[in-house]
Amino acid sequence: MYKYDQYDQAIVDARVEEFRDQVRRRMAGEMTEDQFKPLRLMNGLYLQLHAYMLRVAIPYGTLDSRQMHMLAHIARKYDRDYGHFTTRQNLQYNWIKLEDAGDILADLATVEMHAIQTSGNCIRNISSDQYAGAAADEVTDPRPWAELLRQWSTFHPEFSYLPRKFKIAVIASDEDRAAMRLHDIGIQLVERDGKLGAAFYVGGGMGRTPMIAPLIKDFVPIEDFLSYSEACLRVYNRHGRRDNIYKARIKILVHEIGADEYRRQVEEEFAHVKTLGIDPPAAELERITAFFAPPAFEAGIADSVDRSDPDFAVWLDQNVKAHKQPGYAIVNISLKKTGDIPGDASSAQIDVMADLAKDYSFDELRVTHAQNIVLPHVAKRDLYAVWQKLVEADLAAANLDLISDIIACPGLDYCSLANARSIPVAQKIAKRFADPVRQRNLGELKLKISGCINACGHHHAGHIGILGVDKKGTENYQLSLGGSGAEDTSIGKITGPGFDEDGIVDAVERVTDKYIQLREGEERFLDTYRRVGFDPFKEAIYG
Amino acid sequence: MKLLTGNDLASGAVTWWTGSGWSLHVEDAADVGEQGDSILAAEEAARRVNAPYIIDAVATPQGPRPAHIKDRVRALGPTVRLDLTLKPADPAAGNWVI
Repeated sequence: MYKYDQYDQAIVDARVEEFRDQVRRRMAGEMTEDQFKPLRLMNGLYLQLHAYMLRVAIPYGTLDSRQMHMLAHIARKYDRDYGHFTTRQNLQYNWIKLEDAGDILADLATVEMHAIQTSGNCIRNISSDQYAGAAADEVTDPRPWAELLRQWSTFHPEFSYLPRKFKIAVIASDEDRAAMRLHDIGIQLVERDGKLGAAFYVGGGMGRTPMIAPLIKDFVPIEDFLSYSEACLRVYNRHGRRDNIYKARIKILVHEIGADEYRRQVEEEFAHVKTLGIDPPAAELERITAFFAPPAFEAGIADSVDRSDPDFAVWLDQNVKAHKQPGYAIVNISLKKTGDIPGDASSAQIDVMADLAKDYSFDELRVTHAQNIVLPHVAKRDLYAVWQKLVEADLAAANLDLISDIIACPGLDYCSLANARSIPVAQKIAKRFADPVRQRNLGELKLKISGCINACGHHHAGHIGILGVDKKGTENYQLSLGGSGAEDTSIGKITGPGFDEDGIVDAVERVTDKYIQLREGEERFLDTYRRVGFDPFKEAIYG
Repeated sequence: MKLLTGNDLASGAVTWWTGSGWSLHVEDAADVGEQGDSILAAEEAARRVNAPYIIDAVATPQGPRPAHIKDRVRALGPTVRLDLTLKPADPAAGNWVI
């Protein structure tokens, strides 16, 4: 994985000292909150309901054991012994003290981490496929290109004050594991006639106006990758609305002027940008790409696994995915044990996952947008040992992509923007469907919960989506069906009037019961929904 | 009744105006009545508390309780981690937070 050079380290170290001084001035009363707030947000420090919240960037969700141990250390020393993995492949601490912020950022900098651009109207953490470098279906590892974007976007002077925040995802497979088309820019690396290029989808997003990004260009030659990205951003920066925060995202611009006109303007801008020489020379690309070279896989090792332990076999079938290298597998660690808070992990658990990465996965971990952790390169002969250690750490929930593998934002339990709590609803649904046999019978069913319209819990993309709203001072939950964040991206449709906390759990169960009744063959819930349509489910929900 | 609340500058902790200073416990909160705006202005100037604001509340035998759920959650802490509340979890918290 990528290692900082002296420039990377210097700018991060300088930012730490700059922010430390800004904190000092704020604590000394030399700055008002209005003056300080944009500065702390530029360093990922929010003020939430109960305390300051620090959002730490995990570029494209990749980190090593040293970094993971540091995340545990910070949770233990400065927070309340846990962290929350987010749908942006980041980690959030919920109980940070302002007076500790400088020390925390300094600790992060020692392991090449920071919280820069995890807030504000700038290009946020670049997200990617959690199976990058391990998936058999990728045309290349997308992470060098995500890293290139990270370097390009970090402190980019032109894009530090965009009309609104800006999220980019890079994948390199036809199977979309990163909700690519629900990003401001979704990039899929593709091959054409033996040459690498990129398909650009622009103008997707969730929030109060969910949109699926249209294809703007099906093949941008890879040598134009940055120039084309820059052109996409420039058109947005020039014409994106700044008068209305609800209409400021690029999806609104693309929608209002139309994909064809946006494309025309990007092409025009690209013709100019390409003359500026911002695309890196081949040597720099090779330097970056070298950091992502495949690890030293052993050849000829056993490709079979002893399945005699039935609990292990269940976990194997549910949480372990095929690796491109014979003899290896991708291990998904679910942070969704029934009753747990989705995405939360204790310091001890974070340490365990770091140790497992060090001992069994070439020192690599990934954070997924579904708030789970991946050990991307585990030899099949080691799977049983890894599973046993996960069991000891209470991390062996065998529910990947099942109904209890719920994405949930922090909601009203933590977030100052939220209108309703998300976590208790997730916990109740997980408990209602706690029977593992029942879950597996339901099959792949992606349930996603947001506590407000900002949709951090990706409810629009849930096969079953739940949105918490404030209805005259009480929590109310809207149900939607048919969303997907995968390659068959779709936006869920709201079923009708909302429910209270218990009512929404019952409503979900009526939906799943209906699905079982209507299912044909091996259909997933989403397949059945798309085949039979909305009405049978609506009738089941409301009678 | 009206309460004045904000977050402590250094720790970010939820804090309540007591009539003479700030407390971490909602039970200590004082009804600011019609004086809320002037107290708020003075406290903002003092810069001890972040983003203070006035909320509606109701008086109960156990002390003042914020009217809106968001401020009740602020007063207690996350409803899903009662072990992380400011003091030993109020066994009756579920009855008044939600």
